[in-house]
Amino acid sequence: MRIDVRKTYKLFIGGQFPRSESGRSYELLSPKKKFLANPALASRKDLRDAVVAARSASEKWASATAFNRSQILYRIAEMMEGRRAQFIDEVMAQEGISSAAATKEVDAAIDLWVWYAGWCDKVSTIYGATNPVSGSFYNFTTPEPMGVVATFIDGNSALLDIVQGIAPIIAGGNSAVAIAHEKFPLSALTLAEVIATSDVPAGTVNILTGKASEIAPWVGSHMDIDGVDTTGLSAALHQEIKVSGADNLKRISKFSEAASPHRILAFMEEKTVWHPIGI
Amino acid sequence: MKFDYAPAPESSAIVTIEPKYDLYIDGKFVPSKSGKRFATINPANEKVLSEVTGATTTDVDKAVKAATAAFKKWSKLTGAQRGKYLYRIARIMQERAREFAVLETMDNGKPIRETRDIDIPLAAAHFFYHAGWADKLDYAGLGNNPAPHGVVGQIIPWNFPLLMLSWKIAPALATGNTVVLKPAETTPLTALLFAEVCEQAGLPRGVVNILTGDGSTGAALVNHPGIQKIAFTGSTEVGKLIARSVAGAKKSVTLELGGKGANVIFEDAPIDETVEGIINGIFFNQGHVCCAGSRLLVQENIKNEVLEKLKRRMSLIRVGDPLDKNTDLGAINSRAQLMKIQELTESGIAEGAHRWSPDCQLPEQGFWFPPTFFTEVSQAHRIAREEIFGPVLSVISFRTPSEAIEKANNTPYGLSAGVWTDKGSRILWAAKELKAGVIWANTFNKFDPASPFGGYKESGWGREGGRHGLAAYLKGAHS
Repeated sequence: MRIDVRKTYKLFIGGQFPRSESGRSYELLSPKKKFLANPALASRKDLRDAVVAARSASEKWASATAFNRSQILYRIAEMMEGRRAQFIDEVMAQEGISSAAATKEVDAAIDLWVWYAGWCDKVSTIYGATNPVSGSFYNFTTPEPMGVVATFIDGNSALLDIVQGIAPIIAGGNSAVAIAHEKFPLSALTLAEVIATSDVPAGTVNILTGKASEIAPWVGSHMDIDGVDTTGLSAALHQEIKVSGADNLKRISKFSEAASPHRILAFMEEKTVWHPIGI
Repeated sequence: MKFDYAPAPESSAIVTIEPKYDLYIDGKFVPSKSGKRFATINPANEKVLSEVTGATTTDVDKAVKAATAAFKKWSKLTGAQRGKYLYRIARIMQERAREFAVLETMDNGKPIRETRDIDIPLAAAHFFYHAGWADKLDYAGLGNNPAPHGVVGQIIPWNFPLLMLSWKIAPALATGNTVVLKPAETTPLTALLFAEVCEQAGLPRGVVNILTGDGSTGAALVNHPGIQKIAFTGSTEVGKLIARSVAGAKKSVTLELGGKGANVIFEDAPIDETVEGIINGIFFNQGHVCCAGSRLLVQENIKNEVLEKLKRRMSLIRVGDPLDKNTDLGAINSRAQLMKIQELTESGIAEGAHRWSPDCQLPEQGFWFPPTFFTEVSQAHRIAREEIFGPVLSVISFRTPSEAIEKANNTPYGLSAGVWTDKGSRILWAAKELKAGVIWANTFNKFDPASPFGGYKESGWGREGGRHGLAAYLKGAHS
């Protein structure tokens, strides 16, 4: 009998897979209490490292052409498709659901990347504007990425939720720091491996595993985070982040819909440019 | 031989100011039971213009109830019906434009040239523009069946009193909300005159309620459970307080806050036009402008030339009687604001920057500050970081375009920026790199109802004006 080689699940920061600097991990059990892994228990310092990585990456990602970003998001879908079996296994293990149900979820997650991929080069067309001002000026408005967005991943599903949490943020040209749901680190880290091999610039997506409740206060008070998706947080933690997030007026949103341009636009800023017209 | 300007004062006979004003609630002026009256003065001569009422929590509650009752009917009108009321308001404001301009100048201290040519026409245009949206919301791309929030609490600043009122009330009414608005403590009079416009327009009672008062009235409004949405324009400090205090409530919030706008001058800029732009960027409205170009970033090789021309141009600025049609720079709005400007400019000197102002005679009565710029400013100086909100410019130089962008973006604010260059591709590059909600290229301080206005980062949440500004007043809308 062959003894399988198991995977060590670490964090994803700046394109690398480090352990938590705190040296901590936690025991992940399946719904049937079977041991699955010892994923990293991320600390405040890991969050700070992730934000530094996201900030350093943000200029490159934001200035990539929309078509380029679109192709890279589509590339993520391609890479996931190739790892379908692995994702299905991990979803089954973590959620304790049937193969059919897990397959459905993985397919939906892949297709959601395809859906968001197409948005990258449509957002400005649909949500920008040329404004007919009174006077001899050309005036236009265009949505632009704001920078670094933290996203708390919901726990309804092991894979679909994390795609919902990350895809719209990077589709809009922002860098993401995702805090995976405590119950579902395996598919989060396998998604990280996919992202690491899909031409996404290092640091554009960072994934932390551990306890959202431990990380949340540090996200709220971090002065170099521009926006927070609190979908995966309780009402109490959402409110806490709204209070501490006011220190630098973070844009904070909680979403109910999976596929919506709202999730992209919530972390974009409309920029309006004026220029005189004349000979 | 010396040719000088003869005085050309606009007559104040056109305005009638009551000695006392009550609160405008549910379509009529009603006295407050316990609210104390306070004076509003003309900052150009410190004379009392009138006494207005400080609305209490009880008054706020009364106004919110009136607005709630009015919402039931107002939100059921068709968009076309609401739009017609807004068109009427716009027309009445145009008809009474001179009266508004004179009153605004008296209460605020800004030059009549600006109230007459900018504030009041733009305020009327804002109503006219939004009137046309009222029956076209389904086409605005803001979601299916866009619905109003209900009662909106609005708090506006003293720098553009009537214009900020129109930025707040016009989109709120067009989208079917009703309003409780608090004008700034030092500039309540045009808002009270606006109540008369609502009367003349036949606007149903309770749709617009106007409560004068100070910060405590504002806080009562923000915290009232009957308010579904807060729209605030003012300081970043107060904006953060509001954001914290409504964190637990299901209230939608938009904030237009402070700025420390960079006006970036590249070496190939047309210098004479640029100097006009610098002047307009920082001395328009006494520099009481959240989007003022208060940091001049000038490329090093043209710095001396720009500063020499700037000095010459600043020497021609006429400071004095705001009602005089030749006045360029009016009075500072209040003693408190004058003290803040003085404190910050003193810090500039103490921190080692060099101050320059032209010789100019300031009136003895009232609050005045001469046009001023500082050189030898480092990015760490308070005058380079903090919003002065006065006619004070901080000059910083740069060598390369990327250094300009880095310095321009080195601020927690992100409201406005200017770019001056002859090169089109550089304009678009700089506009893309600058982290600010409004970029003026080869122009500055231009405003229009069709043009979204608002900031990145700590300059606020949301936009006002244009299609994007409507989103603030519709439930679940994204722009």
